Amino acid sequence: MADIRSNFLGIKSPNPFWLASAPPTDKEYNVVRAFRAGWGGVVWKTLGEDPPIVNINGPRYGAIYGGDRRLLGFNNVELITDRPLDVNLREIKQVKRDWPDRAVVVSLMVPCEEQAWKKILPLVEDTGADGIELNFGCPHGMSERGMGSAVGQVPEYVEMVARWCKQHSRMPLIIKLTPNITDIRFPARASKQGGADAVSLINTIKSIMSVDLDKMTPAPDTDGKGSHGGFCGPAVKPIALHMVAEIVRDAETRGYPVSAIGGITTWRDAAEFLALGAGNVQVCTAAMTYGFRIVEDMIEGLKNWMDEKGYGRLDDFIGLANPNFVEWQDLNLNYVAKARINQDLCIKCGRCYVACEDTSHQAISNAKDGRRHFEIIDAECVGCNLCVCVCPVENCITMEPMTSGVDPRTGLPITKDYANWTTHPNNPNRVAAE
Amino acid sequence: MSQHRADIAAGRLSKAEYADNFADLHPALDDHQALVEADRCYFCDGAPCTTACPTGIDIPMFIRQISTGNPKGAAATILRDNIMGGMCARVCPTETLCEEVCVRNDAEDKPVKIGQLQRFATDTLFAAGKQIFEKGADTGKRVAVVGGGPAGLACAHALARQGHAVTVFEVRDKLGGLNEYGIAAYKTVDNFAQHEVDYILGVGGIAVEFGKRLGADVTLGQLRSDYDAVFLGLGLGAVNALTLKGEEMAGVLDAVDYIADLRQAKDLSTLPVGRRIVVIGGGMTAIDIAVQTKRLGAEDVTLVYRRGKEFMKASAYEQELAQISGVKIKYSAKPVRLLGEGGHVRAVEFEYTQALAKSLPRTGSGGERFTLEADMVFKAIGQKFVAGPVTGGNDVLELEGERIAVNDDRRTSLPDVWAGGDCIAGGQDLTVSGVEDGKVAAVAIDTYLRGGAEKRE
Ligand SMILES: Cc1cc2nc3c(=O)[nH]c(=O)nc-3n(C[C@H](O)[C@H](O)[C@H](O)COP(=O)(O)OP(=O)(O)OC[C@H]3O[C@@H](n4cnc5c(N)ncnc54)[C@H](O)[C@@H]3O)c2cc1C
Ligand SMILES: Cc1cc2nc3c(=O)[nH]c(=O)nc-3n(C[C@H](O)[C@H](O)[C@H](O)COP(=O)(O)O)c2cc1C
Ligand code: SF4
Ligand code: SF4
Ligand code: SF4
Repeated sequence: MADIRSNFLGIKSPNPFWLASAPPTDKEYNVVRAFRAGWGGVVWKTLGEDPPIVNINGPRYGAIYGGDRRLLGFNNVELITDRPLDVNLREIKQVKRDWPDRAVVVSLMVPCEEQAWKKILPLVEDTGADGIELNFGCPHGMSERGMGSAVGQVPEYVEMVARWCKQHSRMPLIIKLTPNITDIRFPARASKQGGADAVSLINTIKSIMSVDLDKMTPAPDTDGKGSHGGFCGPAVKPIALHMVAEIVRDAETRGYPVSAIGGITTWRDAAEFLALGAGNVQVCTAAMTYGFRIVEDMIEGLKNWMDEKGYGRLDDFIGLANPNFVEWQDLNLNYVAKARINQDLCIKCGRCYVACEDTSHQAISNAKDGRRHFEIIDAECVGCNLCVCVCPVENCITMEPMTSGVDPRTGLPITKDYANWTTHPNNPNRVAAE
Repeated sequence: MSQHRADIAAGRLSKAEYADNFADLHPALDDHQALVEADRCYFCDGAPCTTACPTGIDIPMFIRQISTGNPKGAAATILRDNIMGGMCARVCPTETLCEEVCVRNDAEDKPVKIGQLQRFATDTLFAAGKQIFEKGADTGKRVAVVGGGPAGLACAHALARQGHAVTVFEVRDKLGGLNEYGIAAYKTVDNFAQHEVDYILGVGGIAVEFGKRLGADVTLGQLRSDYDAVFLGLGLGAVNALTLKGEEMAGVLDAVDYIADLRQAKDLSTLPVGRRIVVIGGGMTAIDIAVQTKRLGAEDVTLVYRRGKEFMKASAYEQELAQISGVKIKYSAKPVRLLGEGGHVRAVEFEYTQALAKSLPRTGSGGERFTLEADMVFKAIGQKFVAGPVTGGNDVLELEGERIAVNDDRRTSLPDVWAGGDCIAGGQDLTVSGVEDGKVAAVAIDTYLRGGAEKRE
């Protein structure tokens, strides 16, 4: 069986699945339950200065659902831990002592003053925790006070605080980044510049979950008013994948460790982040939706897949997909694919037809010999994949590359030669093809 | 007197048992169930379910409207195509109509519960007491509709929406036709048929003359001269006979008459039912009388059909319903003799039929006979159109087979007379097809009236 032991910045854990800093890691009670269930590590709910912050006393979450009320994502207006610092520190120390093989990282957020960091770091170091993660991501409540994403959005601050922490502590340092920024590479570069050992991302995305049309208030609603909250869950995974991949391939941060967060719900999601180059993963919404037991399948599923693929250790596949993440201009314009409908699987719902007919390329016929029958018209199909996206039956429509002959749509011969936009005749800035 | 005494009695069950046995066959979906079910619909393009619906309801659209939290919009979508969408949701054999062709059958052998969702939508609208239709601007034209069943009412409603003044002539003292007098009680509980009638009349512009029989109180000739157009939705007024000796004996009954009594009974415990029941027939009526007598407390109910299972007009689902209700079904046997004593039926002798004997399940070989004891024998071998009122006078309609001949517009051989529902040739004998006939005829009548064509030279 595959070995999924993880070593991230020298922090060892029996598997790469950590719980992200959030309610599941706010107390000893929760964390012990998580470790019993099999989680490899936790990033403790963010600690701040005393007196502790206060939370609102009503709804903290709003949700967006898919079919059958499946949670696609939610947002929250919760702040950092609202428990006294010494209680948290005592519990962290106890947990680390009781569970030495698990990773215990402590998340921190204090004001942007050197003194504040200098004061809290030794207290954390004293717990025996494996490392610290700076919460530069929280987009609500704390950011208005000059902390959280207010720091993460300014690369200079990121670098400065990272420097202080490295100076006043020997613990491995992770900077947690906010996605509420135009280009994620800048804070990542700053983090590296400041000497931090890694970044983790993404924190939540600023959002309004919905609007109550009776009360005319944004949700979640506190006494008739709503504030923006942080969006997370399966719906944000594509955004997180992109940001992680960007940092991994950026020339200035290549090889810089990344702990991936954002919508990870299954072993497959986790494997995708690792394939793009993340060193481990953190999970929040999935655990909050289904409970801690989901880690069992994450562990088993990842191992089974690795066995099937012949990957003995995580390092065998970490980053394998990243080199295939390129700029649009590097995509092969000579690659031609056509949709194919498997008639045995087709249930004749007609969705592919209407999607292509109404909104795209009129490349699907819907009748044959006077009967419902769906087939691709190769001479019209641009290979866009829309029909695959809308077909309710998995693998019923597939995209098949053409390997020889002529594309009936363009009349151009299929060639194995690679050619991209940089050399295309329509490109006014083209370079001569070799 | 012989020692045989027919065991026929009322009040065989407790109050609770009656209530239980005649409760809603398919309880309504609640909000959550409706949303979960609505989510299963794929919003097909050129949806096969819509094609299979005789009234062509835009099924994917109304289901989508349920799933977006717009059940009243869903009801409007339904009622625009089928004003009896509420009743059809309860009585349509969906397993042989829309649900039979749902694409979810291909994927999972489990169609979307279209009927149940249709009921959810229409119930929601009716509960809100919202009238969504209104009478059209007065055209000055008058139309006579004879028969207040599904066909007649659908036609009347559509004509009223176009602004024509409609008068419905109905021999009974309630509207609804078989919705009120025929459909099995557990399919339409809580007096739904009359609520639906009220909703339909709520459009305005429809007058009703109760107790008026075409052929006796009014004639087709009179209607043709008094009105600009006539629609006939007469249904089937008679039942087929067994043509056996002794058919007039006490205890040999027409299933439809008994069902009508059952539907009108204020208290089911006052309705006498036999201990041993034999039902002869193979359609919806046969199933309904068998199941309902069983549920009234009959001890043994046997339904005997002259051909094999697969030929039975009642769907596999209906047959299964009978069987799980405790009805025994015998296939491929025909009645040959009614046995009686003291003027009351005592038993029926059957003979296994030969030609169709290979159909399953079979217990005897062709020609073999058996006898079933019975306190009541129900005839459910089909109903007949009573043609007298439309063939008796000077205004004679052409028939086809034994029913009224019509063209695609449901127009009869007379230019100002249309017909629909069970009384026309080539129909499906379903509530939903009656509604479609009424709707199609109304469009044709409207065109005819607006064309201003002189009625008769
Ligand atoms: C026992 C039974 C169960 C059934 N179950 C189902 C079912 O579950 N699902 C389904 O889809 N279909 C069912 N059907 C069939 C369905 O009820 C009929 O197809 C439908 O009612 C036909 O509508 P209609 O308007 O043509 O006729 P009817 O409903 O028969 O209405 C005819 C109307 O005309 C009136 N009338 C008749 N003659 C005259 C006259 N001379 N003058 C004035 N008025 C007159 C009658 O009183 C009646 O109101 C069942 C039928 C029966 C008998
Ligand atoms: C295939 C595709 C192509 C798009 N192309 C453009 C574009 O050319 N210009 C643009 O402003 N937005 C473009 N958009 C974005 C849409 O206009 C829209 O802002 C986005 O899809 C979000 O809206 P929606 O998710 O509600 O559909 C495109 C979206 C899709 C799916
Ligand atoms: S791939 Fe795009 S163009 Fe081709 S058939 Fe599918 S939807 Fe149409
Ligand atoms: S969407 Fe898929 S199942 Fe539906 S008709 Fe097209 S190919 Fe068939
Ligand atoms: S066939 Fe089934 S899935 Fe398709 S529109 Fe009709 S009910 Fe929905």
